[in-house]
This record gives sequence, structure tokens and C-alpha cells, in this order.
Amino acid sequence: MKAIMSQLISQKGHRLVLCGLSFLLLSACSQQRNSFLDPAGPIAAAQRAHFIEVFAWTMIAILPVFILVPLMFWRYRYRNHKARYTPDWAFSGWLDLLMWGVPFLIVAVLSTQLWKSTHALDPYKPIASAEAPVNVQVIGLDWKWLFIYPDLGIATVNELAFPVGASVAMEVTTDTVMQSIMIPALAGQIYAMPGMRTKLHVLADETGRFMGENTQFSGVGFTAQKFEAVAMTTQDFEAWVAKVKASGIPLDATHYGRLAAASTGVQAHDMLGSPQMPEGVLYFNKVEPALFADVLGRYTHGTAIPSALQPGAVGYVPPAAAGANQ
Amino acid sequence: MTPDQPATWLLGRFGVSSLAILPAIENPTTSELVAAGAALAVILGAIGGIAFITWLGAWRTLWCDWLTSTDHKRIGIMYIVLALVMMARGVLEGAVMRSQQAFGLNGGFLTPEHFSELFSTHGTIMIFFVAMPLIIGLANYIIPLQIGARDMSFPVMNQISLGLTATGAALVMISLLLGKFSTGGWSAYPPYTGTDFNPGPGPDYWIWSIVLAGIGTTLSGINFAVTIFKERAPGMTLFRMPLFTWTLICASIIMVFALPPLTVAALMLAADRYLDFHFFTNDLGGNMMNFVNLFWLFGHPEVYLLVIPAYGVFSETISTFSGKKLYGYSSLVYATMSIAVLSFTVWLHHFFTMGQSANVNIVFGIASMCIAVPTGVKIYDWMATIFRGRIRMTVPMIYALGFFYLFVIGGLTGVMLANPTISYQVHNTLFLVAHFHNVIIPGVVFGLMSGYHYWFPKAFGFRLHEGWGRVTAFLWIFGFSFTFFPLYALGFMGMPRRSASYTDPAFEPLMLVALFGAALIVSALGALLIQLWVSIRKRESLAVPLGDPWNGRTLEWSISSPPPSYNFAVLPQVEDQDDFADAKAKGRAYQEPDAYEDIVMPNNTSLGIVICIASTFLGLALVFHIWWLAILSAGGIIVAFIARTFVLSTTHVIPADEIAAEHRAWLAQVRAAKSITRDMETSSANHGLASLELPVLAGVER
Repeated sequence: MKAIMSQLISQKGHRLVLCGLSFLLLSACSQQRNSFLDPAGPIAAAQRAHFIEVFAWTMIAILPVFILVPLMFWRYRYRNHKARYTPDWAFSGWLDLLMWGVPFLIVAVLSTQLWKSTHALDPYKPIASAEAPVNVQVIGLDWKWLFIYPDLGIATVNELAFPVGASVAMEVTTDTVMQSIMIPALAGQIYAMPGMRTKLHVLADETGRFMGENTQFSGVGFTAQKFEAVAMTTQDFEAWVAKVKASGIPLDATHYGRLAAASTGVQAHDMLGSPQMPEGVLYFNKVEPALFADVLGRYTHGTAIPSALQPGAVGYVPPAAAGANQ
Repeated sequence: MTPDQPATWLLGRFGVSSLAILPAIENPTTSELVAAGAALAVILGAIGGIAFITWLGAWRTLWCDWLTSTDHKRIGIMYIVLALVMMARGVLEGAVMRSQQAFGLNGGFLTPEHFSELFSTHGTIMIFFVAMPLIIGLANYIIPLQIGARDMSFPVMNQISLGLTATGAALVMISLLLGKFSTGGWSAYPPYTGTDFNPGPGPDYWIWSIVLAGIGTTLSGINFAVTIFKERAPGMTLFRMPLFTWTLICASIIMVFALPPLTVAALMLAADRYLDFHFFTNDLGGNMMNFVNLFWLFGHPEVYLLVIPAYGVFSETISTFSGKKLYGYSSLVYATMSIAVLSFTVWLHHFFTMGQSANVNIVFGIASMCIAVPTGVKIYDWMATIFRGRIRMTVPMIYALGFFYLFVIGGLTGVMLANPTISYQVHNTLFLVAHFHNVIIPGVVFGLMSGYHYWFPKAFGFRLHEGWGRVTAFLWIFGFSFTFFPLYALGFMGMPRRSASYTDPAFEPLMLVALFGAALIVSALGALLIQLWVSIRKRESLAVPLGDPWNGRTLEWSISSPPPSYNFAVLPQVEDQDDFADAKAKGRAYQEPDAYEDIVMPNNTSLGIVICIASTFLGLALVFHIWWLAILSAGGIIVAFIARTFVLSTTHVIPADEIAAEHRAWLAQVRAAKSITRDMETSSANHGLASLELPVLAGVER
């Protein structure tokens, strides 16, 4: 049964079948893919495979309970005088060995799998890829994601584009409270914490649009902190970079300070964006090279940061708009 | 000084705008009306309670027999009443959240802030003020009876524990009226709960209700451990103790060792907020990861603290209602102890995603998985207990059946979450919410509900109505299933927990199914109340004064229902595991002792209630920065303790004659009564005297 299941799931072009089969994947039929059960990259696919393996192994311990409990409740009901009644029977060495032994063996098997998979799917581990890896620095803000492409000198809010087959190496922090970044169809999540840098690697092996989000509650705008991860062909990606460069605005201290104020992507777009940028998304064409390092380092200088300078704080004062028109 | 705050020294930061009902008058949106409704419910509930007690004319009884009592049985009942009141609020909050999410596609009727307050209070209440007081209350009532003791080791401390727990619960209730509770979830992670991001009174409400109740729980743990180790009746060796008592030893160990990290973490957060410390702030060397570690160093053992006593209840009920000795007693003891110890080694699985190395995650992942072994053993032991038994499908057995099926599914998803690779995907999603409700409701709640049904006749002398009990049990089982299985699916679709709204229309149908389930759970709560009402009305026909309605196996069933204040006329001499079952089989039950002796019992004291009131004021004063009141109430607590040390007469003596008369009268009743077989168990013929039903009598060879 396990073989059939994994075969069914591993076939290419299975998406429609699965959508029909299982309501779990109902939303996989919608535009943005949002589940690791419908993976678009090697990490999420391995996570799903591991998930199914764990499920199958634990069934050895669980199915006997499901089958025997109702049978025994029926067989040994009070009024069934035909059933044997042994009120003082309370121990059997062989049965005890089985009770301890079988779960122990299952856990032993699962532990070796756990060992292997945790190393193999470590989010800090770069993913081998034919394409050149793309470096992205991620800053979580209230309530949007800032993606800086240091090698390309561009940045975006709430849109993470990359070429298919390229390993995306993310360095993650926040400039507010704790958050957690996840693109379920590609890989799992990692926490984003102020003053700390965590790492996450993802890779998409097919083009598509994938839901990305913050999963750690971070205030009233938290549910709006979603982004779209877009895997595109290399040509499309180059065109996209050109578009960002053409339609973007510079990410200077003033723009960053205003961006960091508590607002959703849509609100930030209304404040700083232009019609050339998609709804809820911002493009920046010039980025301070040290921005990420500065955001990371400002908490570790041993100096106090007053509320007025702490993005997300109640007393935060964003810098005044530079232009008179804004 | 703003016009809102006429005198800061007098009222601190408390102002007219802190009154929760005002915003609803100024700005009557649905969200504000729901909040005002909850506030009104608290006020009306309090007024109703006061009116009801006045109508009963029971103020004197309430004070003399209950609030100042040091009797472990009465303290236990008060814990349970507190838990049930808080459960009503917790369940209703859950239902409001389900409604919000059911209609939450692109909005819903609650503001995101109100929603976040709801999930914060719901979690805090359900863990600290429902599950814990239910367990401590049940244990308070049952443990001394099961081990053949007259009271807890420290009856006054027991009362103080109850007082401090009630203080915490009171602060959470008052937060509905004055100010607002935290929006930072029950785990209150900084820096979100720090002053920069949340300067208001919310996180302070969380801190002080947790700290004060936490101290109470630590004291309870000490009290249970000492009681079980020191107060056992002669002959009751450790390995003759009933399983429920064993599980309470494990739970007390956890209370003593796991609560302090929480209290410390909350106090460190308080130091950050009140004294400008930087334990968990973003700047000046603060590190929120330390809070997360301390919190879960408490938080993981805590969930075992909750579920282990439930295992104890199932061990008692499954064996009793199968008419059979518990299979694998020693196995169950070792399994429970292993779980208690292992529970301290797995906390990191609550944050595999915080960026530690793969090897660290592996260690904690494997440790977490190991807990599945003793847990599996327990399930199999209970199955073997049913094997070749004679099962009566009473209410506790219906809960047990639901437990077998649903808890195992919770265990399965737990094993999944123990794998860092899978946790990376489903952590912080509704999958996680579904998982922990899947272990807490079928495990802890079903266990405690069956314990309530099982031991109620012991406490009050009459059984609970069986029919309504069955309705309640089935509503819980189906209500749970409909509410939480859809959440697993939503977790797979990447929906984060604590989301007030969503934009994916695919979520909506599943949310509506969950709402239907929530309606069933609310009905279960209603059925529970109806059951209590109907049972009180029919208490004459449900009466079991002789004390053994279920053909029980342990000492608590060997005395009258309700038991006398001193529990045992003469302390029992224990000769076997399941001593009462053995005594009935060998004809040594219901014997009149050769001689009766005077019994020394603790006096009533008002220390517990004084500390409860003073610490509630202390908490409120700290929340609203009313420093004079804080100093006054802290002083009050110290003075009360010192005053107590001057009380020289702390015990009273119950004369042997009185005890002999009472005991002989009960024994005469027993001798005059007709014993019943188990098929009459749920009929009015059951007065609490059980016939022996040996295999030979059932027509089958042994």
C-alpha cells in the first residue's frame, strides 16, 4: 500500500489526480501553491516523502489499536457470558516484551530516518544546483518582507523571484519582533530574530507561483504578511531584474525608515510605490550595500535603542518624507 | 497628567478608558459588542452568584465550611468548581474564535486585536485555570482517600495553593472588565511582549496571573509529593499504590521542577518591563531565545503534567469497569516514570526552527520520539486490561473508547512533529493547533471528565445521571473530531495559527466544519450542566450512601459516600494492590474494628482566603502601577503570615465515641442493604454495595 501511495504521489503531472483525490490539496488547484504535499522543489518533496514514511511506520503500532479495541469492547461486553473472564490475569512476560519491543523497534527505525533526514534537509545546508545560486538577504518588518539581492543591487517587498533550478541562499533577520519565514511548497520555515542571522535554502525545480508567509504571530497586521515566491526561467528572471531596476526607487535610509513603520504590504505600496509595481509589492533599484549588516548589527553595538528608533515599537517615529510631494 | 487620569499617584495608569464597556458605547462595532458582552457576563455572573448564595442563605456555610476549610476534600471541590467556571469561559472563547475564522475570509466580525486577545486568554485559561485546577482538585479529593490518609501533609498550605490559583484566575477575569489582557499568546514571547512593542497593561496581566498561580501550583506539587511519600496507610508500600496515586507522584515531580522556570521567566520579563532590565529586549544584550528556552523548559513537562494524571484516571476506570485487575501494573509505573523524566529532555522540539544545528535538533527529536515508547506501552496495557474482562459501557468507558481512538491519532501527529524535517513545515500552522488539542482534549479532558463522573458519587453521595453523561461524552467525542480534524488539513495548506482572517477561499468550507464541531463542544458543556442539574434533582434515586457504586477496587470505595471529614474511622491495614477488591474477595471488607481512637484534625483558618484577596489586589496594583496599593497588599500578605504563626491552637480532636457511633451506624446500613450485581449498576437499586461476581458465578471456568 505504501508503495502504491508513494508511486501515485511521485508521478509527474499528478496534481489534478491528487486534487480530485484529496480535499487536503483543494487549494493546490488555486493559483498559488501552498502545501508541501504538493511540492515544487527537492526539499519539500523530501519532507513529504519523510512525512509519508513516518505515517506508514507508525501504522504498525496504531492499526492494532484501531482494530482490536472495538473487537474487544464487543467481545468482552458484560452480557456476553460466552467470553472468557479472567479477573486476576494481570501479566504475561511475552506480551510485555512485545508491548515494549515493537514500539522500541519502530522508534529505532524512525530515529535513524530522523538522523538522516535532519542532516540532509538542514536549512543551513546549501542545495547543489546546476544554475548559479542566488543570494538573498531577508529582513522581516511589520508586516511585510524585504528581500535584498546584494549581488544585483536590487530589493523588493513581498515578491521573491528567482530562476528555476537555482539554489536560493537566504540570510534572514528582522528589524522588529520575532517572525518566521516559510514557503511551504519549496521548504520549511526558519525563525527571523532581531540581531540574529538565520539561514534558509530553497530551490524550485519547476516554474510557478508559491505562497510565502510569516507564521509567527507578530501583531495585528500579521495575517497580511504574505509574499509570493516566483520561480521563473533564466530569461524571465533577467527580464524581471531589468524591470525592477527600471521601475524601482532607491532604498535609502529615509525610504527604509518609512518602510519599516508598521504597515502591510498594500499600505507600504500606497505610500512608496508606483503603478509600475504590482499591487502590494515594492521594487528598489539602488540598495545600500551595508543595509543588511547595519540592521543586523544595530542591536549588538551595546547601545540602547530608544522606542523612536525601533521599527514596530509603539513609539517608533519614521523619518519624514524626503520630497515635498510625498 | 491627562484629563483621563485625575491622580496618577492614586490610580496609577488606571483611567476611565480602562473600563472595557466604554468603547462599546462609543463605537458599537460587533467586535466591541462581543467584548462588552463578555464583560457583562462576568458582572452578571458575579451578581447571579451572590444572589444565589443569598437565596440559599448560605453565606455562613460558604465561609465556615468552604472558604476557610482545610479539609482536602472541600479544597478539591473548590478547585474543580473554579476550573468549571473558567472552562465555561475558555470553551466560549474557543467557539467565538471558530466563528471568527469561519467567517474570516477577508475579514470576519472581530478586530485582529480582539482576536489576538482571545487566543491569548483562551490558551492561558485552558492550561493554567482549567486543566491544572481540575487535576489538582481531583487529586486533592482522591489521593488521601486512595492512600488511606486523613488529609494532605500541609492542609493550610493546600488552602494557600488554592487561594493563589484563584488569584490568577481572578486577574484573568478582571481583565475583561478593566484594561485588556495580553495579545501575545499564552506563551508570551518577547520582544513582542516587551514594553517597546506592548506598553499597555496586557502583558502585565499575563505575568502576574502566571506568577501568582505558578507559585500556588509549585506548593501543590510539594504538598502532593510529601503526602504520598509520608502519609500512606500501614501496609501500603509504593508498589501497592493505586495507579492514579502513582501518576500524581510523577505529576508532583513535574510541578516542583517545571513550574519554577516559568515563574522565573515571567519574573525576568517583569524585570524588563518594570525595572528597565534587558533580559529579553532587542538591544543591550537582551536575547529572546532565553525566554523561549525557559518557557518550554516549563512548557513541555507541563503537557505531561496534564496528561499523566489523566492516564491515572483511565487506569482506574478501565480496570474497574472491565471488572479486572489492571494489566501490567509495574509496566505502567515504569512507563509513567519514564515519561515524567523524559519530559524534561525534549523542550527544544517546540522550536526546531530557531536555527540551531542539525545535531542539536536530532538529539531533541529522538528524545521526543522516545516518549512514544512508554506511551504506546500504556495504551497496550489498557487494551490487555480489557482483554477477558466483563466490560460495562458506562460513561467513563465511553470516554475511554473515544480516548483510545482519538488520542492515538494525536500520538501519531506527535511522532510526526518530533521529526525536525516535518516540524519545519507544520510548525506554527493549524496542524500544530490540531495536534495539541488532539492530545489535550481526548487525553486530558476526556480523562478528567471520566474521573469527574467516576468519583462524583464518592464526593456527594449520589451518582451523576447516566443518560446525560452519555450525551455529554458523545458530544465531546464528535465535537472534538469535527472541530480539530479540519485544522490538520488547514495546516497542510499552510494556514498559520493565530490568524484572525485569511484570503484563500479554499479554507472556508473546512472552517465551517470546524465551527459545527465547536457548536457540538458548546453543547457538550451545556449537557454537562444539565446532567448536574438533573442529577441534583434526582439525587434520592441516584443515592449511593454505602460508598461503592462501581464495585471499586481501591481504598476510597471502602468508606461511606460522602466520606466523613476524617476519611477513615480507623486507618486501613493494606495487604494487597487493589486492596479493597482483595478485601471484598476475602471477606475482610466492612469489618468493625476492635477499638476506635480519637482523631486529631486541622482547624479552619482564613489565611488562604486573606492571601487570595491580598494577592489579587497586589496583582491589580502591579498591572496598573498603583504603587501604594501594591505595597499595602504585599504588606498584608506578610502580616497575615506572621499573624498565623501566633495561632497556637491549630488542631481539634474528634472523640472516639463520636467516630464509633458514626461508623457503626454506617456499617449497620451496609449490613441491612442488599448488594447488587453489575447489570443493576446504573439503576436506582444501586445503593453502593457490590456483589462479588467471580467467573464461576458467571458460568465460565476461571
